Amino acid sequence: MIDVLVIGGGNAALCAALMAREAGASVLLLEAAPREWRGGNSQHTRNLRCMHDAPQDVLVESYPEEEFWQDLLKVTGGMTDEKLARLVIRASATCRDWMRSHGVHFQPSLSGALHTARTNAFFMGGGKALVNAYFRSAEQLGVGVRYNAPVSHIELDGDRFVAAHIGPRHVDGRDLPAERIEARACVLAAGGFESNREWLREAWGQNERGEWTADNFLIRGTRFNTGVLLRGLMEQGADTIGDPTQAHMVAIDARAPLYDGGICTRIDCVSLGVVVNRSGQRFYDEGEDFWPKRYAIWGRLVAQQPGQVGFSIIDQKALGRFMPPVFAGTKANTLGELAQQLGLPEGEFVATVQAYNAACQVGTFDHTRLDDCHTQGVQPVKSHWARPLDTPPFYGYPLRPGVTFTYLGLRTDHTAAVHFAGKPSPNLFVAGEMMAGNVLGKGYTAGVGMSIGTAFGRIAGTQAAAALGYHHPSSEITHDCATA
Amino acid sequence: MTAQLLEPRLVEPSKGHGELIAVLNVDESEVDRQMRICNACRYCEGFCAVFPAMTRRLDFNKADIHYLANLCHNCGACLHACQYAAPHEFAVNVPKALATVRGQTYSDYAWPSALGRLYRHNGTLLASALAAGLSLFLLLALLVNGTLLPGRLAGDFYAVFPHNTLALMFGVVFAAAMLALSIAVRRFWCEVAPADSPPASKHAAVVEASTAALTLKYLDGGHGQGCTNESDRYTLWRRRFHHLTFYGFMLCFAATVVATGYHYLLGEMAPYPLLSWPVVLGTVGGVGLVIGPVGLLVLNLRRDPAHGDVSQRPMDRAFILLLLLVSLTGLALLGWRDTGAMAILLAVHLGCVMALFLTLPYGKFAHGIFRSAALLKFAIEKRQPDPHGLGGE
Repeated sequence: MIDVLVIGGGNAALCAALMAREAGASVLLLEAAPREWRGGNSQHTRNLRCMHDAPQDVLVESYPEEEFWQDLLKVTGGMTDEKLARLVIRASATCRDWMRSHGVHFQPSLSGALHTARTNAFFMGGGKALVNAYFRSAEQLGVGVRYNAPVSHIELDGDRFVAAHIGPRHVDGRDLPAERIEARACVLAAGGFESNREWLREAWGQNERGEWTADNFLIRGTRFNTGVLLRGLMEQGADTIGDPTQAHMVAIDARAPLYDGGICTRIDCVSLGVVVNRSGQRFYDEGEDFWPKRYAIWGRLVAQQPGQVGFSIIDQKALGRFMPPVFAGTKANTLGELAQQLGLPEGEFVATVQAYNAACQVGTFDHTRLDDCHTQGVQPVKSHWARPLDTPPFYGYPLRPGVTFTYLGLRTDHTAAVHFAGKPSPNLFVAGEMMAGNVLGKGYTAGVGMSIGTAFGRIAGTQAAAALGYHHPSSEITHDCATA
Repeated sequence: MTAQLLEPRLVEPSKGHGELIAVLNVDESEVDRQMRICNACRYCEGFCAVFPAMTRRLDFNKADIHYLANLCHNCGACLHACQYAAPHEFAVNVPKALATVRGQTYSDYAWPSALGRLYRHNGTLLASALAAGLSLFLLLALLVNGTLLPGRLAGDFYAVFPHNTLALMFGVVFAAAMLALSIAVRRFWCEVAPADSPPASKHAAVVEASTAALTLKYLDGGHGQGCTNESDRYTLWRRRFHHLTFYGFMLCFAATVVATGYHYLLGEMAPYPLLSWPVVLGTVGGVGLVIGPVGLLVLNLRRDPAHGDVSQRPMDRAFILLLLLVSLTGLALLGWRDTGAMAILLAVHLGCVMALFLTLPYGKFAHGIFRSAALLKFAIEKRQPDPHGLGGE
């Protein structure tokens, strides 16, 4: 019988598998996706938020524990567990040597993301390169890896893990029978439920206009995060944290693919122009704060608009001042023509832009700081970077809510154990998005998902092995657990 | 949604000039489509020079695309790391898109233009050149000596072919090849680095570009562990085998130059003793030029078919084999120069070298010249201010 079964194929799952294997346990990893889609949402990530007290290879200056904690406290509005959060923060300071030993390479912040040079270590080549490195290392260490192996059900004996069930399935033209895979311990790291359209629909319900809001959401990440195990465990009595309507959601290009649009579908020109809904009306202060601090609220703002769609409008002055978008904008020489091309009511749209233009106060435009270009006498206001849209050509980009991940998860503690009625399971552990809600109840700050996944993936793998009597040679993790 | 990206884009006239910029062909449009995706992602920035060069641009005209195509070393790292690679509907494969255009640029800029098409059937070209070279020297040997097996000549090559005849033949062909290549690369340079581009500190740029070319900096993966070959695993072997090939070639070339110097300046005639400079340089170079090409060939045969443009592999392999023939025949000649087989070995070796020289401007050799030019352009460009001050993400 296998010692440790790891369910999932992303960062947290791989960290768990590697740690359990390093401890001496035999490990089998089940990835629901085929090989070419492996890695879950991790394939779309790009960095790790890291605590450090002094400059550290690719990281400049310092990012002490307390500052990291305050940042987390701020973005979650207190919906966090300080003990677990500090555990993650401290682990982020020391995990990178281990990551390197498994082939992950780091590099300084990418161009266009220089504001994270102090806080985030970037993976060279991005998250898929990291996932590839971990899979290579896992296979080299003798971790069994199976693709196209979506677990449909976890078999429990009380609070003990017994076996994982894979349903019958059709892979590469072959019919594979149902399987029951026993193991002595198990780590669940199979992601959230953001690509389960029905669950999203059910969670978001119908709005006052009778629309099923979630039907118009795009999923930025993997199509394989369907939440089957999350729901299954909830039905089997596992303790949960968070609620299903909480999701990290940003405004992305409406032309993005339904799944796996990843980072390139973002629209970064919101703060340089105006955003209107399909009735041609503005609905929120586009210049409230720097875009990296605001992009995550725009998904929800757009979700509240009729048809769950918005349009970011800029003029020629904005070109070259934002990260180039993946899809070319709709371009027109007059506002009326732009409205027609975008399918907006021309009269309302032009009136909205004219009212905005008239309200722009003369100031000194500076996109690198909170400048004094603001509006007066228009609702909603635009607090910064407000310049009249008066220089053709004009460009429009359609926006839709893009879900990055969901927050609903399984409740856990510093041992990463799944809990049933407040009691930890002796051999069932959880990591990654399936439990990130314990640390991140809402909100987001760049790279923290990977910090949580790495810290808890390593803890879950270590604890699963330790539950069977295998002890990881590095005392660091056990030390962290003991002192947390 | 991707259909919108696939539409050929009409490039606007550049500001202030009013002249029309050439419309992109299908392969160039594909590079443009992919570069727009990459420019919105940028995860691969650390691997090589292509992505930093890309981030300096918002639009990609024909010249930009030709430049990026030749800057790419086809290491494959960005393909394996790409979240948008097939089966993703964006189907990004930068090494392949750039390789396809790169092959096309060799033809486009070739001089004389009519010979540019030789790149397209390169295996045939090299085989024909080889046949021609061999026939020429075998027949010549027969004509001059009346036999291909004249008995032992104690390594006296010039008893088979007079020295001045050889010097003239190879000198003329080599000069013609260099001329053709220089004109081709000059055409390329004028396109990618027009005369009105802003000036920059050329000296430092030349040093940097030369270093990058001579050390194959961009085959180190950005992290020093090398490039990818048959899988996503990194390997330094391509870089090492390329070094053996390139420096082996240069040592052989140096051997020839030194020998020519001995002949004309010092009046010392071949054959040279085993421990003389020409023989030592030629032998060491020849060994490098055996191991290098054999290694490159093995790697090429094992290469992931998704890397680059597979239709160019015959060109790669033909060139590798020709280099290998040159080194093997050269070493054989050294080994048996005091035997009755010397004349025929000499004719075969000279035939191979002639075939190599004849095809230098119309085969894989050109990649080194075009890539060096692209590296120089990169080194110059990075010293100029970034045209787009992008305000964060």
